[in-house]
Amino acid sequence: MSNIIELKRGLNIPIAGKAVQKAKMAITPDVVAVKPTDFRGLIPKLLVREGDTVLAGSPVFADKVKPEILFTSPVSGTVAEIVRGEKRKLLEIRIKADKEQKSVDFGVVKVSSLDEGQIKDLLLKSGLWPAIVQRPYGIIADPSAKPKDIFISAFSTAPLAANPEFALRDEFENIQTGINVLGKLTNGRVHVSFNKENYAGTPFHKLENIIPHIFGGKHPAGNTGVQISHISPIMKGDTVWTVSLMMTAAIGKLFNTGKYDMTRLVAVTGPEAIDPSYVKGVAGMSMKDLKGYFRPEDNIRFISGDVLTGTNVGPDGFLGFFDNQVTLIREGNEHELFGWAKPFRTSQFSTSHTYFSWLTPNKQYNLDTNLHGGPRAFVMSDVYSKVLPMDIYPVYLIKACLSGDIDKMEKFGIYEVLEEDLALCEYVCPSKIEFQSILSDGISLMMKEMA
Amino acid sequence: MRKFIDKIKPSFEKGGKFGFLHSTFDAFESFLYVPDTVTRKGSHIRDCVDLKRIMIIMVVALVPAMLFGIWNTGYQHSIAFGLDDWGFWDIVGYGLVKVIPLYLVSYIVGLAIEFISAQIRGHEVNEGYLVSGMIIPLIVPADVPLWMLAIAVAFAVILGKEVFGGTGMNIWNPALLCRAFLFFSYPSMMSGDTIWTSGVTRYLSEGKAFACGNGLVDSYSGATPLAHPTVDGLQNAGTSMWDLIAGTIPGCVGETSVIAILIGAIILIWTGVASWKIMLSSVVGGLAIGYLGFASGVTDLPGYYQLLMGGFLFGTVFMATDPVTSAQTETGKWIYGFLVGALAVTVRFFNPGYPEGMMLAILLMNTFAPLIDYYVTDAAISRRAKKVKTAK
Repeated sequence: MSNIIELKRGLNIPIAGKAVQKAKMAITPDVVAVKPTDFRGLIPKLLVREGDTVLAGSPVFADKVKPEILFTSPVSGTVAEIVRGEKRKLLEIRIKADKEQKSVDFGVVKVSSLDEGQIKDLLLKSGLWPAIVQRPYGIIADPSAKPKDIFISAFSTAPLAANPEFALRDEFENIQTGINVLGKLTNGRVHVSFNKENYAGTPFHKLENIIPHIFGGKHPAGNTGVQISHISPIMKGDTVWTVSLMMTAAIGKLFNTGKYDMTRLVAVTGPEAIDPSYVKGVAGMSMKDLKGYFRPEDNIRFISGDVLTGTNVGPDGFLGFFDNQVTLIREGNEHELFGWAKPFRTSQFSTSHTYFSWLTPNKQYNLDTNLHGGPRAFVMSDVYSKVLPMDIYPVYLIKACLSGDIDKMEKFGIYEVLEEDLALCEYVCPSKIEFQSILSDGISLMMKEMA
Repeated sequence: MRKFIDKIKPSFEKGGKFGFLHSTFDAFESFLYVPDTVTRKGSHIRDCVDLKRIMIIMVVALVPAMLFGIWNTGYQHSIAFGLDDWGFWDIVGYGLVKVIPLYLVSYIVGLAIEFISAQIRGHEVNEGYLVSGMIIPLIVPADVPLWMLAIAVAFAVILGKEVFGGTGMNIWNPALLCRAFLFFSYPSMMSGDTIWTSGVTRYLSEGKAFACGNGLVDSYSGATPLAHPTVDGLQNAGTSMWDLIAGTIPGCVGETSVIAILIGAIILIWTGVASWKIMLSSVVGGLAIGYLGFASGVTDLPGYYQLLMGGFLFGTVFMATDPVTSAQTETGKWIYGFLVGALAVTVRFFNPGYPEGMMLAILLMNTFAPLIDYYVTDAAISRRAKKVKTAK
């Protein structure tokens, strides 16, 4: 057993609407979407036309730069619509699902009998390669590269995140296979991080061929980026890969069943969710399929993912490739009289002692999307490091990104972080600065300059 | 009321009749109501704390010092002119007459400049001046002529803040810049023994005091304890240790009472608005040099007297901790605070012409704070690079 890495800094946001551990219904998808926008920096090349029929696992589009990376349909059906945005940017490929689902058969294979090249081919062909994320930058892994190590986080600390022990309760075998697959892709090791809270209780601690690590602490202790910085920090020139536990299971399933299977248990959460619980859904499923979980007349924001890092997809949107959580929160577009001047303001949560929510530590809040203030310059300097258990200076990094200074961005650790790691800094910021989008721009600039 | 605001809002939007007053309207609206803006990118929820809340806590923390300052202004006046029959309300009444004009000038001039410059830039109006405007009257003598104060405030806000881009961008603490401007431009009004008690200046020049016909009492010296920083000196002036702590001594309006300042310090530390690290290290720095001076015979006052006299505590609690102009890194805060305290006491020892070193110490350290941070971050980065190398 490895030693426990205890992270002192962090924050669990007490937002109401945690999903209870029951699968309420199985969704039969009507229309699903495959979204190139789920992947950073991807230039897609469309491979289908409206009216084409596809199977689950048939390619829909490819990476224009590395055409061997394919993106495949999660369902069998007919391509119903191709949605483009400004400058004809490809946004969604909507597929009308058949009643009877059919999959491409990639063949059941034994991992031990395959070499690295064959494994890569199968992953690329099936559309599961994009599940492997490369750091730095958080982009789709380069198939010709060999990562230093591969990291998997076996728990999530994000607000209201799906419980992996429940959401992946039948997937142990597949996860083990997935880990064996990933082990073949690196000369290094496959690191899996566990939560101190349930290390002994989780079935996943029986996984083999891994280097286990145990983390304790509040969010973002479950973020892979934070874990990597404590296990083996990414320096200039390093490449590591990360895979989510859910995607590891999907990879394992591909090898165990020969199918590209994107079905998953999705946690429907948030203060606006009625009876928050799990549904059996599929990547790319429509928010419209969540009927009964919300009152349609309410002004609700539909988030694919969690409240800190998810995407606002709207009531007509679709679940993202990597997400197994939907969060429903109220749009807070109303004025609050004397909000900041009220002494108590007990319905709001704040980490700051300038309010009194520290008096009610167990209260859960119906948080909404109001910004609670206007954007300002950086003023406070010590609020950010309290929620970031990494050895970096977030404000300096963000300022470097704002000024587009490559040297400084490098110096202040841009290789180590992704947006999700600084999401809490953005949450607590009293100056309402958009950390994540500034960091995105910084990462895009790095990729452009270093290419 | 909401309906009324929504009705008049369009005429303040871009292209509306009063479009040029957009920032002003926005400032008043967001003062009354938390705006209805929602998150667009990144995190979908945000903490409900904003800069307005932080600034208002700062203002609240200053209230005890302000209230005591109002009373003390009247009290010092009554002592100097032998007004033995003055009751509590007479004293407070005199203090109000003296201090409220200072606040009016400070806020009207300062906020006007803030609004105009926000308007020119098309930004929202920053709330930073609420704090500066609260501090400025507390760190000047009650007798300072209002026109001087107005010029100094304008100088501090325009050259100290707006030219850098407003709150959050400035290098020096605006309130201290204002005081420094007064001190270097009008030294006769900012130093000496006669300026600290309200009414004395006028008595000396015109032969009459503000409220009465009395002359100065014979025993009146008017000097602050800093002017005679020896055990004998304090004894001759009749200033006890308790006077220093309670603050019943001449001085700037809000700086005298240790008790009032400590109440403010507790509020600031508990709410996390100001850094306790800076306060603590500044006190340590002041004590260290204070005792060094005591041990080497520069002064015969034990080191802790240095904390009680003059503006040391006020500066430590309310101004050295200004989050914008102090050091930004946690290690840097220790260094910065220590040097503020140490420098302030050093100046006191070796500058007989102007014994209050706090102002210059903080302004000097404001200047060097980015340098401290630079070395702290640099050291952290190279330390980590080394650690990674050995791990490989």
